[in-house]
Amino acid sequence: MSMLEVVNLGKTFTNYHLGITRQAVHHIHFQVEKGQFIGIVGKSGSGKSTILKSIYRTYLPDQGNIFFDSERFGRIDVTQATERQMIYLRKHEIGYVSQFLNVMPRTTSRQLVEKELLEMGESAAVAKLEAEKALTHFELDRELWDTFPNTFSGGERLRLNIAMATVKKPRLLLLDEPTASLDNQSKIKVRQVIEKLKDSGTTLVGIFHDIEFMENLCDQVFDMHSKQLAVIAGGSADES
Amino acid sequence: MHEQPLLSVQHLNKQFGSGCSKCTQLENRGLTKNYCPNCGTIYACQDISLELYSGEILGVVGESGSGKSSLMKCLYFDSDVTSGEAYIDDKELKGKNLFALSAQRKRYIRNHKYGMVYQNPVHGLKMNFSSIGNIAEKLIAAGNRNVGEMEAIGKSLLEKVHIPIYRMKEEPQHFSGGMQQRVQIAKALSNNPPVLFLDEVTTGLDLSVQADVLDLIKNIQRELGISMLVVSHDLAVIRMLADRTIVMLNGKIIEQGLTDQILEDPAHAYTQQLVYSLL
Repeated sequence: MSMLEVVNLGKTFTNYHLGITRQAVHHIHFQVEKGQFIGIVGKSGSGKSTILKSIYRTYLPDQGNIFFDSERFGRIDVTQATERQMIYLRKHEIGYVSQFLNVMPRTTSRQLVEKELLEMGESAAVAKLEAEKALTHFELDRELWDTFPNTFSGGERLRLNIAMATVKKPRLLLLDEPTASLDNQSKIKVRQVIEKLKDSGTTLVGIFHDIEFMENLCDQVFDMHSKQLAVIAGGSADES
Repeated sequence: MHEQPLLSVQHLNKQFGSGCSKCTQLENRGLTKNYCPNCGTIYACQDISLELYSGEILGVVGESGSGKSSLMKCLYFDSDVTSGEAYIDDKELKGKNLFALSAQRKRYIRNHKYGMVYQNPVHGLKMNFSSIGNIAEKLIAAGNRNVGEMEAIGKSLLEKVHIPIYRMKEEPQHFSGGMQQRVQIAKALSNNPPVLFLDEVTTGLDLSVQADVLDLIKNIQRELGISMLVVSHDLAVIRMLADRTIVMLNGKIIEQGLTDQILEDPAHAYTQQLVYSLL
């Protein structure tokens, strides 16, 4: 059974204020097997984020289904799941990484990562240990551990974001333009981070507009085109 | 996942005025906002149903006059409901409609199961009692009689909310707004309540104190596993605190969902207006 199955997904946004309706995506189909890394590329505004946010239920799709293979609930349609089920899944099974960091003010990097574990019900001792491991693993400078992330660079924020999302060891990790607005050096670091995650067996779905940095890393690449997906590369073995 | 809500509210109605033949039907009341132009009755809460689960923070947003505070007052028994039911998952009170209990039983619930933090500390504190005395008052109401024990609890709570112990004998009227609010939170926590109501607790506080209070609330929730109903018109506060959010307008719930979903993909025209107004 696949880890994630998106069936005929469609999402339309309505702005009541302006009286405008806009279809962001329609007829989206794809499957992700356990341990795979799927890349989605496309111009900005092509609907890439809409797909990712629908999987995380930040957006509620108005068409189709998104089946996720949950450890706790079995095969569950996230478009139909209750809010409480979604909160559980987000806490334990599905991680989301964006280029933005929206966190509690005046909280240090270390506390932010620890908090993710404390919310899962881990003890303070375990949280401390695992947080340090994650921060080391994603190569956030030690001197940044006990500072507030307000002054972090884009790359540092991103690595903190990834540490926060992965410290829970999610079954599925969604990456929302993790390389956007980064310099090449940082992009290479992000790539290394993703390699590590893939090696550890995490299933990943990422959207990129500069997919060349993910070359040979994705098991399959989809192109968003006229609100739909097209396969542009697949079958990792022979291409990598 | 069959989860039992800790607090379940069903079809809560609160009106000011007796209503007339034109406005007694829930559907099609012909109100102007929440006001009946014919008889002057105000429908502050209309058919409100919600569930609060163990350990969660549920946000309630809406503009001034949308019925948020009326809802809180009804839930905390500060004012009587016109109709409706509420149930708490508690072995003594299981299956009993809380709104139909005697005044004495309601007081028991307030003293043992609930904590309340009002927007205005004047409502939650006795301004001319000492801070520790305010906490002791709540502890005594909850059946505590041992002075030494109460002082120990009071001290540890004041410490938790970062009020220096050497100021515990001072009256809250001499404190700043932020400190008063923190004493109020300490008082509300003193009976170790499973449910905490927070009504616009950060409104009127400067940003730095606001961050302190938010941080405090979040820590308390995590450490003590208290369920909270947080009313605020500040979407940033709701985004920081709440997993789930309810949007109220003219006394009705018009939308509810995951907080980020409400903020990023609002389905109701009014919620959109509210979210798009966010700076």
